[in-house]
Amino acid sequence: MEYAIEVKGLRKEYKGFNLQDVSFRVPQGYIMGLIGPNGAGKTTIIKLIMNLLIRKAGEIRVFGKDNIQHEAEIKERIGFVYDIPHFYEDVNLKNLASAMSPFYSKWDNRLFLKLIDEFELPLAKKFKKLSHGMKMKFSLALALSHDADLILMDEPTSGLDPVFRQDLMDRLSKMMLDEGKTVLFSTHITSDLERIADFITFINDGEIVFSSKRQDILENWGVIKAGQDFLEHSKIPGFKGYRKSDFGVEVLTSEIKKAAAVSSSDYVIEKANLEDIMYFMGRGDQNV
Amino acid sequence: MKIIISNSSPDPIYEQIAVQIKNQIISGELNEGEALPSIRKLAQQLQISVITTKRAYEELEKEGFIDTVGGKGCFVAMQNKELLLEKKKKIVEDKLSDAVIEAKMLGISIDELQEMLLLLYKEDE
Repeated sequence: MEYAIEVKGLRKEYKGFNLQDVSFRVPQGYIMGLIGPNGAGKTTIIKLIMNLLIRKAGEIRVFGKDNIQHEAEIKERIGFVYDIPHFYEDVNLKNLASAMSPFYSKWDNRLFLKLIDEFELPLAKKFKKLSHGMKMKFSLALALSHDADLILMDEPTSGLDPVFRQDLMDRLSKMMLDEGKTVLFSTHITSDLERIADFITFINDGEIVFSSKRQDILENWGVIKAGQDFLEHSKIPGFKGYRKSDFGVEVLTSEIKKAAAVSSSDYVIEKANLEDIMYFMGRGDQNV
Repeated sequence: MKIIISNSSPDPIYEQIAVQIKNQIISGELNEGEALPSIRKLAQQLQISVITTKRAYEELEKEGFIDTVGGKGCFVAMQNKELLLEKKKKIVEDKLSDAVIEAKMLGISIDELQEMLLLLYKEDE
């Protein structure tokens, strides 16, 4: 398998936050979702891939090449969307696009104008006059207009309505017809990922919790709902967290089949979705 | 080819796809040697992940329903229709035998069981 992105032993330190030895790989030809609670390190990872931050340690390869040594060459093949789009505030969209397009040898102006039209963006308006959703759409139009081999997006769907989100998923899905294309995007709207993402990387508090096929996660992770005595069965296989109420307990496990076999009392098992996983694990120390 | 995916079904999506294609092969809606849409095309059309459709095709290939020809795509395998029907019958037999075991445990007589079966069989007509 070829990898569009390989991240190895990545470290970054801020006051009160550390990215600790993050390693994961994004196979070429697939869509990976990067999920995690706010402040988990998603944006930091994406910015490090784009070499917008200075790392403490580690290695990043994009299309098999070091992302610092071959920065310009790599970036030309990436369509990038920031969580908060930054462009010159006082310039209109048309001029912004003319300023950006020369950086891309495969810039397709016809496609760009088509997207602008479909996204209903006003070319004559200054960037600062746009709503957040429109700024996002503008960045997406730029990212999708130069036949990029890798689409790298940080929370691209935040601030977008469900119709447009679905439309974006559609476009990504179409892009995947070409097995040379790869998508990595972070999101906290996990429903965007439930169908089209091939891989999910979950990051919590600066550490990778898992990076695997979405299918495997949905098959093996589950929530067991039972009476409070269930917790006293102590060793629950794959125990990842719990929530307790006066009437019972909900337990998140990564080994649903084994965990279910432990209990003799009444319980209900449900498959965990990505949101459950984020919720139970994001609660941190309270659960363990 | 027709494929309907239910998001509320407990069966994984790859299995839903595999079962439906299998049924269409057995019923003859899909003919021997017929080309199936590519893994990526199917994923795009159904708006699901490439890995999911890939897994569905892998299951079908493992069971001998389809062949993958490198560089050309996937095709309905040449096969013995009778053998397929036989396989299907085996599934019915297995399910019936499960029902018989349950019935015996509950002390349901063969007459009662036959009556149940008759009712169920006629229900759909």
